[in-house]
This record gives sequence, C-alpha cells and structure tokens, in this order.
Amino acid sequence: MYKYDQYDQAMVDARVEEFRDQVRRRIAGKMDDDQFKPLRLKNGLYLQLHAYMLRVAIPYGTLNSRQMRALADIARKYDRGYGHFTTRQNIQYNWIKLAEAPDILADLAKVEMHAIQTSGESIRNISADQYAGAAADELIDPRPWCEVIRQMTTFMPEFSYLPRKFKICVIASKEDRAALRWHDFALRIVKNAGSEIGFEVYAGGGMGRTPFIAYKIRDFLPTGQILSYLQAVLRVWNRNARRDNIHKQRMKILVHDLGQEEFTRQVEAEFEHFLSLGQDFPQAEYDRVAAYFDPPPFEQGLSDELDLSDPAFARWVRHQVIAHKAPGYAIANISLKPAGGIPGDISAEQMDLVADLAETYSFDELRATHAQNLVLPHVRKADLYAVWQALVEAGLADSNLDLVTDIIACPGLDYCSLANARSIPIAQKIAERFADAERQADLGELKIKISGCINACGHHHAGNIGILGVDRKGSESYQLLLGGSGDENTTQAKIAGPGFDEDGIVDAVERTVEHYRAVREPDERFIDTYRRVGMDGFKEAIYG
Amino acid sequence: MKIVTGNDLKTGAVTWWTGYDWSIHVEDAVDAGDEADAIMAREAAACRVNNPYAIDGERDADGKVRPAHIKDRVRALGPTVRPDLTLKPADPEARDWVI
Repeated sequence: MYKYDQYDQAMVDARVEEFRDQVRRRIAGKMDDDQFKPLRLKNGLYLQLHAYMLRVAIPYGTLNSRQMRALADIARKYDRGYGHFTTRQNIQYNWIKLAEAPDILADLAKVEMHAIQTSGESIRNISADQYAGAAADELIDPRPWCEVIRQMTTFMPEFSYLPRKFKICVIASKEDRAALRWHDFALRIVKNAGSEIGFEVYAGGGMGRTPFIAYKIRDFLPTGQILSYLQAVLRVWNRNARRDNIHKQRMKILVHDLGQEEFTRQVEAEFEHFLSLGQDFPQAEYDRVAAYFDPPPFEQGLSDELDLSDPAFARWVRHQVIAHKAPGYAIANISLKPAGGIPGDISAEQMDLVADLAETYSFDELRATHAQNLVLPHVRKADLYAVWQALVEAGLADSNLDLVTDIIACPGLDYCSLANARSIPIAQKIAERFADAERQADLGELKIKISGCINACGHHHAGNIGILGVDRKGSESYQLLLGGSGDENTTQAKIAGPGFDEDGIVDAVERTVEHYRAVREPDERFIDTYRRVGMDGFKEAIYG
Repeated sequence: MKIVTGNDLKTGAVTWWTGYDWSIHVEDAVDAGDEADAIMAREAAACRVNNPYAIDGERDADGKVRPAHIKDRVRALGPTVRPDLTLKPADPEARDWVI
C-alpha cells in the first residue's frame, strides 16, 4: 500500500496544526459557528445529533494493522470504545469532543491517515473493489490508479470548492462489487481489442433525493490520460452546475439535464484542451506509485485443500471466503453484521484483534467494504481455520455475506441530524427475524439496504429490498422498495406502495421474501426472480 | 410550550435552556415563551452553544418536560439502540418516552 513521502507527511502535519489553531480560536469565541463550520467540515468534523462526529478517510478501503490499531486507540482514548464503518469505506466516530479533535488528527497523521475531504464540497474518499489486488477475476490492481487520482485531487484548489461533493470509484473486474454506476465518476479497467489497458468511463450516478444511474461516456480511455479526462469532466460540471438550488448541484443533475451525448461532447472538447497541457502523470511517476501496490510475496506450491469437517467452519468458508488469484490463498470476509448488532459497528478490542489477524495471516493488509464489512485479503487456506477460530472468539464470525442479514444501514435518527427515522432498529429487527442460518442460506443472495432519510446514505435505491424511513406527521414511517442493485446490472429500486410502521415494515419484508420463495425457480436469486416476474405479484403479496 | 436547545460548543452534547443556564437534562428545560429568539441570539453570540433553536415541548404524565417530536426526544436521550450510551443508562424506562 502507498506510503507517505516527506511532502505528504509535511502537508498533513501542517494541516493538523492549522486546524488546532482554528479550534483554539473557536473555543475562545474568536469565530462564530458560521465561520468555523466550513473549517471543521474540511477536516471531516461534523456536528451530529449527540456530539461531534469525525469521519476518517480510508483511501480505497485499504488499511494496515498499524493503522487499524491506531483507529482502535482513537476509539478508546477519545470516543466510547467503538467505531462505525461506512458505505464509502471510511470509519467514523460518534462521540468526539471539539477540543480533542486536533489531537485525534495528530494521532492519525502518525500512521499516515487523515480526515481531509471526508466532508464538504470536494472529491470524497475514492472507493474501490474491496478485493483489489487479490481477486481472481480482476484484470489488474485498480488501487494505483485510485492513488494517482487521490494525489492529484487532494489539496488541488480547483477541487476545494466544487459545486457539491464528488464521489469516484475504480474497479478492474466484470463483476461489480463497489456499486460503480452509483458514483459521480467511475472507472472500470478494461482491455481493448489491441490488448491495451484502459478505462471504461461512467459519469452522472448518485443516490439521494434524485437518484440516477451513471451513463457510460467512454468505451476506452488510455490509462495515461486519466487525469486530463477527470479534469475535463470536473471543469464541465464546475462551469455549468446549477448553483441556484442545493438539491440540483450534484453532477448527476447536470449530466441528465444535458443528456449523455451533449455532456460527453462537452467533456471531449475540454479533454482535448487538457491533453495539450501535458498534466498527466509520466509513466515513471505512475510506476513509482504502483510499486507500493506490488503483490505480497505469496508462497509457491501451497495446497488448495481445506479440511471442512467442522460444519460451522464449513458454513463460514461457504459464505465468507472468496477465491484468490494466488493458488493456496483465499480472501476472508469478516462480517460486521451480527444478529441484532449495529451494521458497521466494531469495538476497539475487535479492531485490535482484526489488526492482529491481518499482521499474522494477511501480509499486514485489511480492507473496509462499502457494505460495512471488513476483509482479510490474502489468507493462506491452511490458516483459515485458525483465523475463523479467532473470529469466533471475538464475535466476528457470522456467516452471512450478501445474505438477508448482511444489511447496509445508515446511522439514521439514532445518530444523524439529517435523518427523519431510525434505520438501525429496523436492521436489527429484520436480522433477528431471519437469524436462522438455514433459512438465510436457503434464501441465498438478498441485499437489504436501509436509509433513514432521502439522502440515501443507506443505499436504499440499490437494495434488492430497499427501505426508506420518512417522517409522517411526526412519526417514523417506512417505505418498501424493490428491485434495486449495485452490481454490474445496476438498477434503481421502485416503491412498492404505502409505508409501514416499525413492526409493519419487518412483516412486509417477510411477506416479500416468502413471495420470492413461492415463485422462484431453482437456484434463482431474489433480484433475478424480481426481474423475471415484476412488481405486481410482490405488491399483491405485501399489501393483499 | 417552547423550549430552547442547542449543542454545547466544546463537547457537542445536547443542551437545554434552564432559564439562566444550560443543562444536559431535558427535564430542566423551561418554557421560553416569547423570549426564545432573544435567548438564542444572546447565547449564540456568547459562543457557548452551537445553533440554538426553539422547539415544541410538552409535559408527560409525570409532569416532566419532553420534546414533542421524536427527533428531539432521541437527541435528549441518546441513541435508542445502545442503552449503555444513553444519557441515563441505568434508567430502564428511559427509552419508553422516546418512542
């Protein structure tokens, strides 16, 4: 993974001291909230429902054990003993004190981390396939390109005051595990007919109150031209963005107002201009960055055999373990969705344990996923049993990846000042209702995603079953949506009908699932059944 | 009744105007009535609280002050999903008045 050089470290250290002075002046009454708010947001510090919340960037979801231990220490020292992994592969802390925020940033800087651009109208933490560098089906590791883009866009003045936030994703496989087309700007690494590596480019995706799936705007962009192309896209948006209405400022609105063809035409014209400026990384610089992502020294000649005589271990392997590109290795997913737990939450002690496992068994690497889980990307198959036993001991061995209880849920009204309804209790009740392992396995892949307001942080638009909490005359009400997907066949979920109360929505999910069981064909996933039979039958089952 | 709330500048903790100071316990809130705007302007200028604002309050069956809307009841108590992290973790009935 990438290491800071002296310039990176100096910039981040200077930023910490700058923020320390800003906090000191705010506490001394030298600044009012209107003056201070944009400054704290530039350092990832929100004021939420109960306290300040700090969102820490984990670029492309990649962490080492030292960083994970630092995150655990922050949870213990400055928070209430836990952290919360989010859908942008970040981690956030919910109980931060303003006076201590600069100390936290200083602690992060010691392990080459920061909270810059995790908020505000900027290019947010760049996300990637959580299996990057390990997946059997990827073309190349996409993370060097994430890193190149990160370096170019962090601190660049032109991108510091964008019309709104801007989210980028990069993957390198046909299977989309990162919700590519729900991003403002997305790249899929492909090979063209001449066997050259380049990008398929997508633009204009995003959820929130006006959801849009990104258009493909280019079939093939040579990798070496990515920075010029990204600048062209941002320049077209920056120039034309609707600034008269905060709800219309995201790039997705412009792309869909102009249409795919006209937006692309303007980008291509701007791209020609940027290409002539020669601002892209030279190959040598790319090679320098890419060297930090060289594959770890995998052992040769390892066996692929696994002893699956322990049924609980066999179930965990079946659901949590994914094929690795190196023989004798596997990708191990760690569920942060225990039955009745809070999706994405992890205690400081569990973080320490996961860091230990990464150090001992996974070449010191960890990944955070957009589905609020963790990954040990490079585990020898021979070590999987020991890893599983340690996870069992720590309460982290649930076998529910992509199953009905692997629910994405935003913090909702329990923590968020924007939310209208609670999300976590709904996730907990559904998880408890479907806790039986056999029933979950029988249902197969079924992705439920819950948001506590229209901002869609819980990705309800992409849920096979989506749930949206709204305020209905002062009470929480929950709308049920069906048919969403964040995979390579991205679709937007549609509202099934009138909303439900807290218990009613859980019953409605059960009726939805039972209808699926009744009409599915052998080995057919929920989303495929829905696409085959359509909304009407489900509606009848849900509402009678 | 109108009660005034905000978040403490240093900790971010939810606070309630008591008539002469701020308290983290909603029970201590008083009816600000027509004074709400003046209180908010003065306290924001003093940089002790962030974003003070007035909300509708009501008294429960025991006569205790409660926010009328669920969002501010959650603010007053803490997350409903972590009883150990609420303002009153020892009170088994605390969650009942939120929902």
